[in-house]
Amino acid sequence: MFIKINGKDEWIEKPANLAELIVNKRFSPGKIVVEHNFRIVPKEEWSKITVGESDNIEIVSFVGGG
Amino acid sequence: MEGALNIGGKVINNRLFIGTGKFSSYPLMKEVLEAAEAAVVTVALRRVDAGSKTENILDYIPRNCIIMPNTSGARNSDEAVRIARLAKASGAGNWIKIEVIQDNKYLLPDNLETLKATEILAKEGFVVLPYMSPDLSIAKRLVSAGAAAVMPLGSPIGSNRGIKTKELVNIMVSEIKIPVIVDAGLGSPSDACKCMEMGCAAVLVNTAIAIADDPVNMARAFKEAVQAGRLAYLVGLSSIKDYASASSPLTGFLRE
Repeated sequence: MFIKINGKDEWIEKPANLAELIVNKRFSPGKIVVEHNFRIVPKEEWSKITVGESDNIEIVSFVGGG
Repeated sequence: MEGALNIGGKVINNRLFIGTGKFSSYPLMKEVLEAAEAAVVTVALRRVDAGSKTENILDYIPRNCIIMPNTSGARNSDEAVRIARLAKASGAGNWIKIEVIQDNKYLLPDNLETLKATEILAKEGFVVLPYMSPDLSIAKRLVSAGAAAVMPLGSPIGSNRGIKTKELVNIMVSEIKIPVIVDAGLGSPSDACKCMEMGCAAVLVNTAIAIADDPVNMARAFKEAVQAGRLAYLVGLSSIKDYASASSPLTGFLRE
């Protein structure tokens, strides 16, 4: 099934929880903030959220800026 | 001679706020922040690339600094509010620099959308510092909406053109009771000094330091300029006259 991560279509074989998805897609869990369908998900809840067809995931972190 | 600057309940011992964009490396940025003894530091929030090995910028910002994420990239108040909430969820505190821009040529802020975002975020407990075009009416509304400071631009972001908005910022300094911080466009230490002489509470500088040949020493120069300008403001500048007024005595000349 396709989901959207940071605006791009990504293929996953089967529904996964957010924690698994973050590891499988090679994001560094240490420094990121994650939004699932426009709701911010605290790190301790990542494993409780199942990501399914057409879900929208945003994964962001701080960079330099003025 | 005076107490430290106080914003959002925090005592701030350095009136030079520093932006972290455009540095050639995080270690260099860290050296700059340490040399300038930075107290308030801005960062931006962006999407992460999968598999990215980029380091965490927060590891290069001294622990005692207040982190002020900006909402750059926001084109309206909804987007600014969304970015602010994400920034807060990252655990970097509750300060937010609101930046709402639709104009890609001059990067001038949208004051009305900025006001809307300020209203929402101040109610949610953020310490809100809106980046704005210097307009007294909007500044007053931002104060009513709960802004902790207002941050008028000196000239377009990254332009190094200096304090071109001087007259309007002067009016804000005179009429607005919360800190007025000049953000954007300051290209030289003398620009920053001028803002402080005018009575601004602080300045925010990024590009002029980050792209200097020697950013560490340029940061030191800005820091000293800010201190000099602040001290001159506290003393009060002498009045400007139309004609000369001799500095040396007008008696005892040798010519008679």
